[in-house]
Amino acid sequence: MSRRVVVTGMGICAPNGCDLDRFGQAMSLGVSGIRRLPELERLGFRCQVAGQPELSEDIINQYFNKVELKSFNSTGLTYGVIAGMQAWHDAGLEVPSPEAPDWDSGIVFGTGVLGSDKFRESILLVDQGQVRRVGSSAVSQTMASGISAFLGGKLGCGNQVTANSSACSTGTEAVLMGLERIRQGGAERMLAGSASDCGPYVWSGFDSMRIVPSGFNEHPEKASRPLSASAAGFVPSGGAGALLLESLESARSRKARIYAEVLGGSANSGGHRNGGSMTAANSEGVQRCIRGALADAGIEPGQVDLINGHLTATAADPAEIRNWTEALGRQGREFPYINSFKDVLGHGLAASGSMEIVAALLQFGVNLVFGNRNAEDLHPEILKLVDPSRVPGQNVDYAPQYLAKASFGFGDVNACIIFKRFNPEAL
Amino acid sequence: MKRETIYEALLKIISPYLPEDVGEAAISPGSDLIRDLNINSSHLVDIILDVEDHFNIMLEDQDMEALKTVEDALGIIEVKLGTTGNS
Repeated sequence: MSRRVVVTGMGICAPNGCDLDRFGQAMSLGVSGIRRLPELERLGFRCQVAGQPELSEDIINQYFNKVELKSFNSTGLTYGVIAGMQAWHDAGLEVPSPEAPDWDSGIVFGTGVLGSDKFRESILLVDQGQVRRVGSSAVSQTMASGISAFLGGKLGCGNQVTANSSACSTGTEAVLMGLERIRQGGAERMLAGSASDCGPYVWSGFDSMRIVPSGFNEHPEKASRPLSASAAGFVPSGGAGALLLESLESARSRKARIYAEVLGGSANSGGHRNGGSMTAANSEGVQRCIRGALADAGIEPGQVDLINGHLTATAADPAEIRNWTEALGRQGREFPYINSFKDVLGHGLAASGSMEIVAALLQFGVNLVFGNRNAEDLHPEILKLVDPSRVPGQNVDYAPQYLAKASFGFGDVNACIIFKRFNPEAL
Repeated sequence: MKRETIYEALLKIISPYLPEDVGEAAISPGSDLIRDLNINSSHLVDIILDVEDHFNIMLEDQDMEALKTVEDALGIIEVKLGTTGNS
């Protein structure tokens, strides 16, 4: 059994916009969500700029009641719940009655680490001999499945409710897992997404590894420079993105608006071999993942006309471009358009894939390829591989048909998905 | 401490944990926190922590087991404060 799967709802909680309208506008105008954070400055971080969703108390109160907000201290959970609820409502779905769950709807909502601030609170109490004061929600705010568990209750989901984790490929992998479950007939609808905490405790390890830029603290919006010769490392961020995936039958039967069809995808690992390691990708693994996604989607490499890359603004960007050229067998002017959204979003870690997929699919609706905002000085190694017109610095008026999205993560893990513009007339 | 003072403080502690569809007016001395007020059982732990903070007392596991109604809580607090019978 293999059924067609479409996207009927989207939700977002990103550094440059916490609802679809604002986010869409920010992405098409190139509005940066990267700011200098006084807390990072105070704590002596090398990189004091980061991307953090800005949420007012009013917005938080729309999604959480007063009991839920007691002793609440988990940024990732906040972002994930907001994005997930938005996607559900954006799809035009109702919340099932208090009596009966919706047995055909499930959730896969991934994260890298959840509730790091809450976990710190518990650690401090425990170390003071105050374990009894940790409180009732320390577990639900810090467990990896905290977001799916919370959303499952809010939305009465009675199908599989779970969380995945594969570092920076988590978001893309979550969509792939939701796709698989619906395709196989295991569910009609899957809310798929991912979230990442913000704050010094999640970002500290990257700061210490010196893979973040330290020279842009006075110019936050210039700090994240994917594809650029002056790329100096990735700018850490956080947030959440969510998609409501649905079988085409279910979407049709309720006349839902369709953003795109999910044609197929692939996830694999380079096994830490041939240049792969905990922190670097085995190029053969990446290329196999991309080709596997094309095969699963049933399309030819020549059909892809837009790529949203992983492209974090590190030394790995040229290698990623090379992998795309080799996997697709296309170079120079024959290469599809490619962009990275980390220029304005920063690197949302476990949330990066899902936030970027939401942005990528918005391009279908506005018939644009969003430009690369900080790549005016394209990396020379990239220019040897592809024509600069394929890496636009400004928005391009273009109606993409086949979009490839990939995310790669620590552990040498890869995920790639192929989306297709949905044409309601063509069956 | 007067019984009424403790009761009023207790209402303030309990009411943030009431579900959306249960108002503060529903609380009476005989109310069972879980069965009548529909408070999530996991929040009993938080109510006890708030009680401890407010009255500067410490509740043991057996106190928690004995605490079913608002009146139970009142009695336990009075014992801990040593004010039983003084009201």
